[in-house]
Amino acid sequence: MSTPGQPARQTPAKPVPEPTPDTQPFWDGCAAGELRIQRCRACGKPYFYPRPVCPECGSTDVEWFTASGRATLYSYVINHRPARGFEDDGPYAIAVVELAEGPRMMTNLVGVPNTPEDLILDMELQVTFERRGAISLPVFAPAGAGQ
Amino acid sequence: MSREPGVIIAGAAETNALGKLPDYSTLQLHIEAAVNAVADAGLSMRDIDGIATVNAPGPVQVAHALGITPAYMDGTAVGGTSFLLHVRHAAAAIRAGYASTVLITHGESGRSRVGASPFPRGASSMPGQFEAPYGTAGPTSAFTIPVLRYMKEYGLTHEQLAYVAVAQRKWAARNPRAMFRDLITVDDVLASRVVAWPFHLLECCLVTDGGGALVVTSAERAADFRKPAVHVLGTGESMDAPVISQMADFTESKAFRLAGQAAFAEAGITTTDVKHLMVYDAFAHVPIYGLEALGFTAKGEAGAFIADGNTEPGGRLPLNTNGGGLSYTHTGMYGMFAIQEGVRQVRGEAAAQVPDVDISVVVGNGGMFATSGVLVLGRQAH
Repeated sequence: MSTPGQPARQTPAKPVPEPTPDTQPFWDGCAAGELRIQRCRACGKPYFYPRPVCPECGSTDVEWFTASGRATLYSYVINHRPARGFEDDGPYAIAVVELAEGPRMMTNLVGVPNTPEDLILDMELQVTFERRGAISLPVFAPAGAGQ
Repeated sequence: MSREPGVIIAGAAETNALGKLPDYSTLQLHIEAAVNAVADAGLSMRDIDGIATVNAPGPVQVAHALGITPAYMDGTAVGGTSFLLHVRHAAAAIRAGYASTVLITHGESGRSRVGASPFPRGASSMPGQFEAPYGTAGPTSAFTIPVLRYMKEYGLTHEQLAYVAVAQRKWAARNPRAMFRDLITVDDVLASRVVAWPFHLLECCLVTDGGGALVVTSAERAADFRKPAVHVLGTGESMDAPVISQMADFTESKAFRLAGQAAFAEAGITTTDVKHLMVYDAFAHVPIYGLEALGFTAKGEAGAFIADGNTEPGGRLPLNTNGGGLSYTHTGMYGMFAIQEGVRQVRGEAAAQVPDVDISVVVGNGGMFATSGVLVLGRQAH
């Protein structure tokens, strides 16, 4: 609550990722509402985080593709000591999800209370995107939650 | 397969005090630890011809401050296990003839942050792009993420996880230098503040100031020093992933396993030879992962092994006998303190001395399960 005559307390902004040349296609995908990740054309391995070489076979013949956006909840914590910018969120889950295509990524969970009772490992999730500065950030919600 | 010539730790010491030391800069902590370790070996700085430490301040700053112009420098900085890798690399350098006497230093104003570097995490770095946006706030909210998966796969209970802190506090209670010495119960742990569920405050390491240093030299000189030589019988190093989300398997530490296998193979030992064990414990789950990765228990059994009393005073595998990062001290890069306790136990001079420690194993962690070094320390040469 702000006191008359005094400025309201400013919550600092949440961290905004800054794309690099190797990650730009990922962030461009997010901006278009698509979860684009990479796949090796030599061995077929899908992988994440973005880089210009296949971690499975070492080939540089790699391509971007649009993943299904389906995932399952692999593990998480519910953080009670908020990072800068998260002070007003209350305890929030920092999760790692496993994409249907195999790779795992860190994310937040939306559309579901962030409590141990509601966050069940292996529950099915679907990507959605949250605006953060100039970036669209992939986050995940329970599948079928009517995004 | 042991390597020749052998290498020993001839000097080992910590800073005079540990804990909250706002009157010490980071560099001062390095210097005090270095002076103490060189004196512990009965040497002078003029005898040192190799230096190893992490940035910052790094090997150049530390050597220069001490008046050393080394013929060998190692700035390996892969997190809190770096000092175990420095021992390994020093052993190789000594065998290669690059140096005869290597000083390894650690000093960290982890709590007071005097003369300490800020934690860098630019928004374009990998963690800056793919983890920080989700609200990670240091190791408490990221190093901890794998454990729920482990609990689901292997049935580890919250009570067993809490008991890791209980067992280590029993060791700390016997150590006057430990920061926390009052005995605690599982209920105390579970009643402490939730930091990052399922972790409570007492399942997280301390944040302290302090330092330590080691003098490593050839085993051919083993009889030349003030204290019994501690032989470096085997060493290993490995890695997993730079960020926690990419850890190969959330239920096991690949880095611990591979580094441990290398160290045990070089030393020619098995788990039954080990009388004393240190496993870097930034959080309560890390010793569980360490016990399993090195084969001290089958997978999924380490939580029960600890809860059954096997690692506490009187147990058959004394673990983290200084009290560990959970109760003794944790400056941020704890590995140096794990080595120090291994050395003390082999020498027979630990505060909570275990009888007849002829073999001690030290398992280091760097980052968040990102890297590992393992040392096998022994009272006798091979």
